[in-house]
Amino acid sequence: MAEVETKRSVGRWTAILPVIVVALLVGAFAKRLMDVEGGQDPSLVPSVLLNTPAPNIDLPPLPDRGAGLATADLKKEVSLVNIWGSWCIACLSEHPLLMDVAGQNDIPLHGIAWRDDPTASVRWLARNGDPYDLIGQDPVSEAAIAFGVTGAPETFVVDADGIIRYKHIGPITPDVWTNTIAPLVEQLRQ
Amino acid sequence: MKPASTIISILFCSLLAATAYAVEPDEMLTDPALEERARVISQDLRCVVCQNETIDESNATLAQDMRRLVRQRILAGDSNQAVLAYMVDRYGDFVLLRPRVTSQTVLLWFGPFLLLLGGAVVAARYIKRPTSAAASALSDEEMAEVDALIQKTDRPDTK
Repeated sequence: MAEVETKRSVGRWTAILPVIVVALLVGAFAKRLMDVEGGQDPSLVPSVLLNTPAPNIDLPPLPDRGAGLATADLKKEVSLVNIWGSWCIACLSEHPLLMDVAGQNDIPLHGIAWRDDPTASVRWLARNGDPYDLIGQDPVSEAAIAFGVTGAPETFVVDADGIIRYKHIGPITPDVWTNTIAPLVEQLRQ
Repeated sequence: MKPASTIISILFCSLLAATAYAVEPDEMLTDPALEERARVISQDLRCVVCQNETIDESNATLAQDMRRLVRQRILAGDSNQAVLAYMVDRYGDFVLLRPRVTSQTVLLWFGPFLLLLGGAVVAARYIKRPTSAAASALSDEEMAEVDALIQKTDRPDTK
């Protein structure tokens, strides 16, 4: 009698097992979908360079600009490094925000002119404004690959010791600036 | 040749055509052995812009620059593993098209075999299960219980 009962309860348990598995799968898929809806783009690649020293670069300057950009320049104080190019449409949409940031803050904002014709970079800055402190030219993606860049624009927050603390992929929005980057810079400065 | 068979043979030839690679002549190393190594490494590296192509196949400018860097590293004396490690240090495991076996990917690699094993265990138990005739045979004790129940329903006052 007891044996029959255990058998029956095992049978009941395995009967609802598929339902449990399906429910778990639906839950997992739903969570992922909601993450994507909430702004987490699954195609964005998390950077392995977070909390590691900024890579070794020594980039030449644009014409008529004093100095280029080297790793030593990133070890003085908390700074931002923005990868852009005159060919990059998203950079143009981000540009007004960078102009505001440069105008209203004393955070050094450095630029890496990625795979761009130097005269085109200079003309673009003359037309749209120049928010950058230092700019280095990166004609063959040497710095871009060293920073693990997958597309422009990307922006890195580098602390006073030259350690990468944050990476933003895509244009910085006012929301990202106010709620993420500005507080982080403030915190790193203390 | 009739037009139709011409078209068919052209289509057939296009099936045989090898994948077109993006490597341009001026990118290639002069030493064929080193160039061959560069091609092998490039076929293991993901184009991070296009994501589903190798840098060997991709025409993206970043892929082109990554190919150039691969060749630079080879000329600098790096082994194939060292070149791949150089890229992984910058882009993470994501840059490898063949995922490495790590604690995060172990389920990806061996999960299907676990499922197969699980299925085999369930199937074996199902097959080994006693036939329904044997399972339904009642013990003496149970027969007595059944008899008692029948007696009970046969009592006139339950009708």
